[in-house]
Amino acid sequence: MPPFENLPTDLVLQGIFLLVAGLIVVAAVAVVTLRNIFHSALALILCFSAVAGLYILLEAPFVAAVQVLIYVGAISVLILFAVMLTERVMDPKMGARNEQWWLGLLLTAIAATGLGAIVGFAPWPLSKAPIINDQITALGKEFLTTYVLPFEVASLLLLMALLGAIIIAREKEGG
Amino acid sequence: MDLVWLVPLFPVLAFAAIIFFTNRSPNLSARLAILGMALSTVLGLWIFFQALITPGLAEHPFRLTVNWFPAGSQAVAIGFLVDPLAAIVLAMVTTVCLAIFIYSQGYMHADPRYSRFFAYISLFASGMLGFVLADNLLLAFLSWEIMGLCSYLLIGFWFERPAAANAAKKAFITTKVGDVLFFLGILLLWFQTGSLAFSEIYPAVQNLAIVDPQIVFIAGLLIFAGAIGKSAQFPLHVWLPDAMEGPTPVSALIHAATMVAAGVYLIARTFPIFLAASGSPALIWVAGIGAFTALFAATIGLAQNDIKRVLAYSTISQLGYMMAALGLGGFVAGIFHLIAHAFFKALLFLGAGSVIHGVNTNDMWEMGGLRKKMPLTFWTFLIGALALAGIPPLSGFWSKDEILGEAFLHNPLIWGTLTLTAFLTALYMARQISLAFLGQPRKPEAHPHESPPVMTLPLIFLATVTLFLGLVGVPDDFPVLGPILGNPFHRFLGENFAPLGIEAEAGTFQPLVLTISVAVALSGLFLGWFLYGRKPLALGQPDPLARLGPVWTFLQNKWYIDEIYNALIIQPVIRLADILRSFDQLVVDGLVNFSGKATASFAEFNRLIDVYIVDGAVNGIGRVGNFLGQELRLIQTGQVQNYMLIVLISILMLAGLFIAQ
Amino acid sequence: MSGVPLSWYLTLATVLFAIGLYGTLSRKNAVGILMGIELMLNAVNINLIAFWRFITPHLLTGQIFAVFVITVAASEVAIGLALILAIYRQKKTIDIEEIDLLKG
Repeated sequence: MPPFENLPTDLVLQGIFLLVAGLIVVAAVAVVTLRNIFHSALALILCFSAVAGLYILLEAPFVAAVQVLIYVGAISVLILFAVMLTERVMDPKMGARNEQWWLGLLLTAIAATGLGAIVGFAPWPLSKAPIINDQITALGKEFLTTYVLPFEVASLLLLMALLGAIIIAREKEGG
Repeated sequence: MDLVWLVPLFPVLAFAAIIFFTNRSPNLSARLAILGMALSTVLGLWIFFQALITPGLAEHPFRLTVNWFPAGSQAVAIGFLVDPLAAIVLAMVTTVCLAIFIYSQGYMHADPRYSRFFAYISLFASGMLGFVLADNLLLAFLSWEIMGLCSYLLIGFWFERPAAANAAKKAFITTKVGDVLFFLGILLLWFQTGSLAFSEIYPAVQNLAIVDPQIVFIAGLLIFAGAIGKSAQFPLHVWLPDAMEGPTPVSALIHAATMVAAGVYLIARTFPIFLAASGSPALIWVAGIGAFTALFAATIGLAQNDIKRVLAYSTISQLGYMMAALGLGGFVAGIFHLIAHAFFKALLFLGAGSVIHGVNTNDMWEMGGLRKKMPLTFWTFLIGALALAGIPPLSGFWSKDEILGEAFLHNPLIWGTLTLTAFLTALYMARQISLAFLGQPRKPEAHPHESPPVMTLPLIFLATVTLFLGLVGVPDDFPVLGPILGNPFHRFLGENFAPLGIEAEAGTFQPLVLTISVAVALSGLFLGWFLYGRKPLALGQPDPLARLGPVWTFLQNKWYIDEIYNALIIQPVIRLADILRSFDQLVVDGLVNFSGKATASFAEFNRLIDVYIVDGAVNGIGRVGNFLGQELRLIQTGQVQNYMLIVLISILMLAGLFIAQ
Repeated sequence: MSGVPLSWYLTLATVLFAIGLYGTLSRKNAVGILMGIELMLNAVNINLIAFWRFITPHLLTGQIFAVFVITVAASEVAIGLALILAIYRQKKTIDIEEIDLLKG
């Protein structure tokens, strides 16, 4: 039984959700609007962490762990590295937005409206089935049986990304 | 005898080696050429002796043939043939060639194209040997043409001199006239008999079921025309005197001993063809032209001042002798004279070369008194001259006497002509010797000197041969000598060929003819000495024979033959060429130019269409594309986010479409 | 469990996606664009997990998909950042407006 099952009311859960969701939205807005890209990166870490909290709220502890490990631990650090290696861009006086930002905002609004409409109007076939027990064991079995091929392909993809990143970013000798 | 194919091969290998490898080292080239010739000589003499001891060789000659290429239903075979005739001539050609090759080392010593000279004469030797040994008309014709080519190259060897270059062209073109007719004759025989091999033609031409005698007669005349060209018989003789522009060894080799004799050899080789035509009308032509040429050339030779030209006309005259002999059916006599003449005429030419080498002039009037300065040359030359004049016991006496004997028996008119020729021959030889060797030097400032041994040794060798060669052909019934010597030449040649229907009777001894010919020769010599040698003549003094007046002028100008040819053939040809050229310029060129201009105008018209209509359309399309490109280019900003925006718009539109459905 | 309805999650994911999209379209900084993409991917993941939780809780497909998306996101960030570093080394800038090699 997940630990939240013992909490008394839905209201507590909704409050927690709103808190986490508010954190996510604020952090995300900070990511896309702050002039200093370094600050954006820090906000991104906060955002990722909050999303991990959301996963816990959704009773998916493994994904939450992965989210913390990969996003917060690896990707964010990578981004911070990149930001620091490209120092000139840390100059906050440089504008954060490009010339077409208003157009982007407009289209984003349209897209969001469309998506919102779908969220609002689509009839979701909710299921009342109980959550599968012992998710992590089941996940491991699924990866190595039903999804073994995508799993291996993903491994290969990671390997290639590793090699590709090294080759692309490597300092050429004498160059 | 199986090795007969090697005989022409050695010189041609020497030729190739000199041309391709040793052109830059003259001495090596000369040694290569002489080595090749020496090998051929050894082999040639060996084959000759083999032939001597092989009985019935004429009836069953040795043949070595390979198929060359298929022509129609049968293959053309080429190969070599050794019969007594070929063997004798082979021995003569190789020996004379070798002597002249060795002599050339001295004569051509300082020439810048020394190597090339030896290459050419090697190739020539190869052609001559191939011709002698050929067993069919095709190979014979090929070799014949190789000789013609080498003759051209060697006459024009000093091509810097316009006279030499012109003489080479004259020789080539004149002999070509004969060659073309010769080739026609070969074709006629091919059509008639279906074969080119001598051994198949011989029986075929006598078989009236196969051939038409009239056509065989014409073929014979055509072949004789080839011989006329090559052997410089009237009326195609004009090239030979001019050919003296070549180096003297060449004159000796090609234009005295071998190539010009090839015409005579050709007649002998194809003798059955001449015999086949009933009544031998072709042979009468041969005899007539031969005899006329003999006299004609002798008269011209009398009036020449160039030492080599005298010998050249003498050669023509002697070749006429041989032709006359063959024409009268004197097969053996003709060939005997051919062999003897080859040796003593080569000797005379080489002697003349030695003289020219010593005094640096060809004009006999600038010589004189050379007897003391060049004794070896003088004595050997004298032997040659006496042989030519027909003084016993030299070779020329025996061979000439045999011809005169034949003529006396068969045709008194020809006998008379030839006897007159013999007189003139003795006269001009006496004149030559008197002018060149006797008396005092007319040009004291010249310092003649004897030639080096490499040149005199061949002279001595040839003189020795000249002295004794005649003994092989002494008639059987000649007192004392005849029974002892037994006329081996006639045994070998005549009796061998007897079964083929060629003259077998031994040269008969006719005291009257012999006496007359000796008397004529001696009187000719005496007259010559009386006119030219008794009182030494000074330079610039008129020729004693000039008292003959117009006749002398006529002879000096060689019967005006060159002028006649010039007026009758060369000028009309040039004029015709001029007319044709004018026609070309006015009519043909006009038409061509007109059509050219018309085309040009039409092209100009087309060009305008192209420029304004076609190009306009093309350019218009181009401009539209260019304009669109210029405008649309602006969409491509290179901004990734612009592209993303466009992608997003597209997705939204697609989504809108999806929802609208 | 039913305390927080599905639509809330979906709305949150929509908002997060929109913010990420806007960031992608408007940031000058190339790294900022990558961050926007990451935000969008997170929004997708939220959706995936939410659908799993509310529609197919007896299966694990949603979670597995989420893990794959994270994997791909990691690869994409690695490559993307490597490209940005390479471009930076060449042009001494990562301002996306100055990187217009494809300009016509």
